[in-house]
Amino acid sequence: MTAQTPSRAPIIELKNVCKKFDQFEALKNITADIQEGEFFSLLGPSGCGKTTLLRLIAGFEPPTSGDIFIDGKSMDGISANRRPTNMVFQSYAIFPHLSVADNVGYGLKTKKLPKAEIASEVEKVLNMVDLGSFGGRAAHELSGGQRQRVALARALVMRPKVILLDEPLSALDKKLRDQMQIELRDLQKSVGITFILVTHDQEEALIMSDRIAVMFEGEIAQLATPEELYRRPATKRVASFIGVMNFLDAKVTRISDDELELEIAALGPVGLPKSAAPEGVDPAQITKIGIRPEMLTLLFDPSDKAEHEVAGNVVSNDYYGDMTYYSVQLPGQVDPVTISMRNTAGRSIAKPGSPVRVGWGADSVVLF
Amino acid sequence: MKRGLSPRWLTFYVVSYMIFLYAPVILLPMFAFNDATIIAFPLSGFTTKWFGLLWTTDALHKAVGNSAMVAVVTAVVSTLLGACAARAAARYRFPAQKAVIGFIMLPLVLPEIIVAVALIVMLMQLGLSLSLWTVVAGHVLICTPFSIAILNSAFAGLDQSLEEASFDLGESRWGTFRRVTLPLVMPGVISSLLICFTISLDEFIIAFFLTGTDATLPVYIWSQLRFPSKLPSVMALGTILLVVSVGLLVLAEWFRRRAARRQGKGATSTEGFV
Repeated sequence: MTAQTPSRAPIIELKNVCKKFDQFEALKNITADIQEGEFFSLLGPSGCGKTTLLRLIAGFEPPTSGDIFIDGKSMDGISANRRPTNMVFQSYAIFPHLSVADNVGYGLKTKKLPKAEIASEVEKVLNMVDLGSFGGRAAHELSGGQRQRVALARALVMRPKVILLDEPLSALDKKLRDQMQIELRDLQKSVGITFILVTHDQEEALIMSDRIAVMFEGEIAQLATPEELYRRPATKRVASFIGVMNFLDAKVTRISDDELELEIAALGPVGLPKSAAPEGVDPAQITKIGIRPEMLTLLFDPSDKAEHEVAGNVVSNDYYGDMTYYSVQLPGQVDPVTISMRNTAGRSIAKPGSPVRVGWGADSVVLF
Repeated sequence: MKRGLSPRWLTFYVVSYMIFLYAPVILLPMFAFNDATIIAFPLSGFTTKWFGLLWTTDALHKAVGNSAMVAVVTAVVSTLLGACAARAAARYRFPAQKAVIGFIMLPLVLPEIIVAVALIVMLMQLGLSLSLWTVVAGHVLICTPFSIAILNSAFAGLDQSLEEASFDLGESRWGTFRRVTLPLVMPGVISSLLICFTISLDEFIIAFFLTGTDATLPVYIWSQLRFPSKLPSVMALGTILLVVSVGLLVLAEWFRRRAARRQGKGATSTEGFV
């Protein structure tokens, strides 16, 4: 799935946004456009500035410098209560003294809508998040997942231009989280409101997002679709943050007009199109390549074929049920590489110490 | 090796401690219902006439009225001031914050007689005449620290994202305070009102120094102690005051706990499984 880039003007424009807390630079010159109707994620480790950026968009804090435009209008001097954004807080911030319906209708009441209209809007939204019969419940009678839905409903009912979600699933257990990821994404697609999600969970970001901005130390390291991010990470840091990546020593042996020839110590020689090198990187400077564990295959059967092949030795295996992760020692490489194999019917697990053939393809090689 | 005291000794200690604390207080209702003008054992018989006597004493009724007025105004003003200070301490960081809060809390440990003398000197210098209002001023001074102490926990336990959520949903700062902050700290506010009311109602030294011609209840009681024949009815009055004070404090504590529970519940369930 590749994300379509809508041709309309971006719903949010971030222009050279900086934020300083005393001496600490939380955000350094962030520039990015977020398109209308897209599910956009800010992904990064804790302290990378993703939540700060979200709070700046919401209007809880002003940027130190730079501009934020929402729907073409500068948000400079516009406080959170007058912005077309609504936030789903990490703690959900459900008002403990109000019922579910009063929580959801809270914002509509500030708009001075008639009571009957508020009631019908609230009911509609509660049905949308599968809490149709929960309107009369007190806030403390809800489970974690239900609280999350109430928080979402409270934002949805306002029909904002953008909904901001600050790690909304981090308080839920794994099973519920997996389910909510899909639900949240489907809901976003059906209502068409732009969602901006802050998360430190790369899997969550990959599953839910149209586009992801990976942030490190207050800067956007890469802004791309999930697939692009996974297949063509721009830096080694992005590569190791998103999933598992094997880094192998390599040397460019020949550069022609449109082709690079590399000697990968562990895998052997390979030819790649010049466009495989990331922008702004001199191909001659390349010393490492990356290859994902699932892009390396153990060729169990003598008849199994691969584009390239190399002999190795199994060091250890980790059995995960559906998958097995092998550590395989390859010639010319100090650290063993990780190879993941799906456990299909009738296939035995290769024992540590056994020699194996490792197959791989040139198009799975990532250059840094 | 055994550590500490044996349970038997601890029980003995606790019981004697309780007797030491409460035996004098128990004497109060005992003699209030005793059918004799002289306060001495043995008790001579049961009566409620001392309570009946209170019912017909006009000076007492006036003192009760004065005390009620002073206590209500003190409770409201102290709680307002306490709420402002507790809010500031919980939400904002400002220079010398600890020192400022410490200074506000100081009257908690200052000897009341020092406060009373200082206040009367100051009022004289300012040329203000003594009245129930000067008593109110003195009582506000000693009640505000209690109010801050109670409201601190109410405001500090308030999840800041609740106020942000309200603001984010289009509500104004004032509307957020009215619709979210105030209802959530309300039990704390009521608890503070009740405790300040009780402190003011029972306070003697400051009231004695700062009141003009209008006596508050404790001042009235003190004036009655000079007449031995009035002693039993003072005992009766003391009994009523005791019951009212304890009742108010229990009520205040109930409200304070309810506030903590309300917020605690909110806080733990929002923390979830983290």
